[in-house]
Amino acid sequence: MGILIKNGRFIDPASGTDDRLDIFISEDKIKDIGKNLTAAPGDDVIDAKGALVLPGLIDIHVHFREPGREDVETIIGGSMVAAKSGFTSVCTMPNTKPVIDNQALVRFIIMEAAKGPINVFPTANISKGGKGEEISEMGELVRGGAVAFTDDGQPVTNSILMRRALEYSRMFNVPIIAHSEDKLLVDEGLMNEGLNSNKLGLSGIPCEAEEVMIARDIILTRLAKGRLHVCHVSAAGSVELIRRGKADGISVSCETAPHYFALNDDAVEEHLSMAKMNPPLRSEHDRKEIIRGLKDGTIEVIATDHAPHALFEKMQEMEYAPFGIIGLETAVPLIITELVRNNNFSYIEAFSKVTCNPSRILNLGKGELKIGGMADVVIINPDEKIIVDEKFLISKCKNTPFIGKELYGSIEYTICNGKVVYKREQA
Amino acid sequence: MNSLNRKDLLDIKSLSSDEIMLICDTAKYFKDVFTRDVKSVPVLRGKTVCTLFYEPSTRTRLSFEMAAKLLSANTINVPVTTSSVVKGESLIDTVRTLEAMKADYIVMRHGASLAPHFLSKNIKASVINGGDGYHSHPTQALLDTYSILEKRGSLKGLHIGIIGDIKHSRVARSDIIAFTKLGAKVTLCGPSTLLPDEFRQYGVEITYDLDKLLPELDVINMLRIQRERQKGSLFPSIREYNLLYSLTEERFAKCKPEIIVMHPGPMNRGIELDDVVADCPNSIINEQVTNGVAVRMAIFYLLAGGTPLSDADTEGN
Repeated sequence: MGILIKNGRFIDPASGTDDRLDIFISEDKIKDIGKNLTAAPGDDVIDAKGALVLPGLIDIHVHFREPGREDVETIIGGSMVAAKSGFTSVCTMPNTKPVIDNQALVRFIIMEAAKGPINVFPTANISKGGKGEEISEMGELVRGGAVAFTDDGQPVTNSILMRRALEYSRMFNVPIIAHSEDKLLVDEGLMNEGLNSNKLGLSGIPCEAEEVMIARDIILTRLAKGRLHVCHVSAAGSVELIRRGKADGISVSCETAPHYFALNDDAVEEHLSMAKMNPPLRSEHDRKEIIRGLKDGTIEVIATDHAPHALFEKMQEMEYAPFGIIGLETAVPLIITELVRNNNFSYIEAFSKVTCNPSRILNLGKGELKIGGMADVVIINPDEKIIVDEKFLISKCKNTPFIGKELYGSIEYTICNGKVVYKREQA
Repeated sequence: MNSLNRKDLLDIKSLSSDEIMLICDTAKYFKDVFTRDVKSVPVLRGKTVCTLFYEPSTRTRLSFEMAAKLLSANTINVPVTTSSVVKGESLIDTVRTLEAMKADYIVMRHGASLAPHFLSKNIKASVINGGDGYHSHPTQALLDTYSILEKRGSLKGLHIGIIGDIKHSRVARSDIIAFTKLGAKVTLCGPSTLLPDEFRQYGVEITYDLDKLLPELDVINMLRIQRERQKGSLFPSIREYNLLYSLTEERFAKCKPEIIVMHPGPMNRGIELDDVVADCPNSIINEQVTNGVAVRMAIFYLLAGGTPLSDADTEGN
């Protein structure tokens, strides 16, 4: 009683394989990979002709809002959205209410997620209460299951605290995920500072507010001999700083989000608060440099920064609406449309950013297809057109600037730990 | 060109130069109407105009209210500080309430840029922008344009200076667009912290030296300086601002004799300009207020679907 996936284009970025191979799944493991595998009676057969067969995708930056804002999203609800979007593993950000700064809360997330369809790896706060004053009990948190530390949503302004966090986390071999932003430079900014913010009369957030903090964090990582992962990189200058940091042998990795390679700040005038996120959409130059950074490997991860907000919160003046957009459901279509189709990324290049690379950085032990490995698999039809509309989006919150967009790439099946957790209904 | 053919007036950018001229030509007739003895006309009879001002304003709100009343509309001012807004009702809910009471026109001033644009996408009533954040103040730009046209007949080739806190000024952003659309040369002048380089995208000149600029100008528009800005280190003191950018009597002596002096109000006398300059014959600051009513009457008239007026329309009635 297994599942045989036949006739698909097997792509495993970890081993660099792109071939016609079938996969046989039994229980929760991949039992066999090979050409022309045959099914035994009682096996389910999935015909993946014309489709890509990939490792279940990994998104290391999501906000599932539980505990605290269960009206907006929950761990189980968010997990179902992830499964529908091709993701079998996610990392939740700890800026919930209360924040995740003790072992009990880490375990709560893991227990809650166990009822859901996919693997959820919690991250925990760098500082107690997320206040940026004292480091949290990192040893306890790691033992509870935290895979990284971050005060995401807020930067660690205090440089000595950042140094200590980088030093202390080193002994558990988990990275510090930096939300790099100089709050004083951001001031009252609402969108990228530039020609568009000037035209629209909206206070600007300069790229430099991100860059100065990334520069500081890289320098502190050198001092602390720690491991730094910079999240949601949006600016050209940031990519260059990280490129240089890597060349200098400093242990720094980074991620960007699909909206930073798919949109620029021209989108703000049309979408207003639905295009408001932090960091903001940048200029076309920045967008192109983000794509270059993805291409040359400086940016090794794509993570969505999936940030649901209630409609009533977003249906406000730009100034009062919260920062953030949802990202899970549009992630694969944007990767295929913008990176593979428009910028000639190979599937291996593009999907390494949501499989083996994030797994390696956070030691998740996921994101590859191998015999004996856990059966996390996604089947994607890259040529199928989807329209991002109210019907397509199953997320409780629909705060996205991609509404109405036509994109390529539909998720056909998501299999997590050997179980089909999502199957697209044929129109 | 027979009417504005749109639901809302949100910004200057979305008006063509022909449409700006149509509004100014129409305003000329309405100025004749309301400066005579029997002032009102029945253009908006039976219609309801609500003014919703989330920022303090005297002249703009009064001017809209007067314009609407002169056109025979029912006008309601929503006192934002006493309505449910203070109980935390959202903008969209407040306006939907007005809409449920069948308001036809919502005139709004709001401290948040693009608030009227957000509103216009979500309600059916006509939205007229009475100023949004740093973004736009279209009726001010139109009345400024009208006021210059009235004196000079055309903006083509005129050199207009806009002086002061350009960065935080919706008046500057709107004036720049209106003036350049009609062929004027615009130079911006103020401290570099209040005059970012991004303004060059409008095809204007930028200078920090008022004394050098003054003798070249045909029109000077002095913007109001907000004292709060000094706290953000955007300039060191009111005293230094005064020394560098105030239109003093001595500086005024360097101007062309026929220069037009403007100010959108309310003035900080002694800071942006000296009393003597504010009240001199070159100053059209009070005339701007009168013209504001005429321009807003024209805007209501044209948004209501009115067609261009000829001399006969006003003289007979």
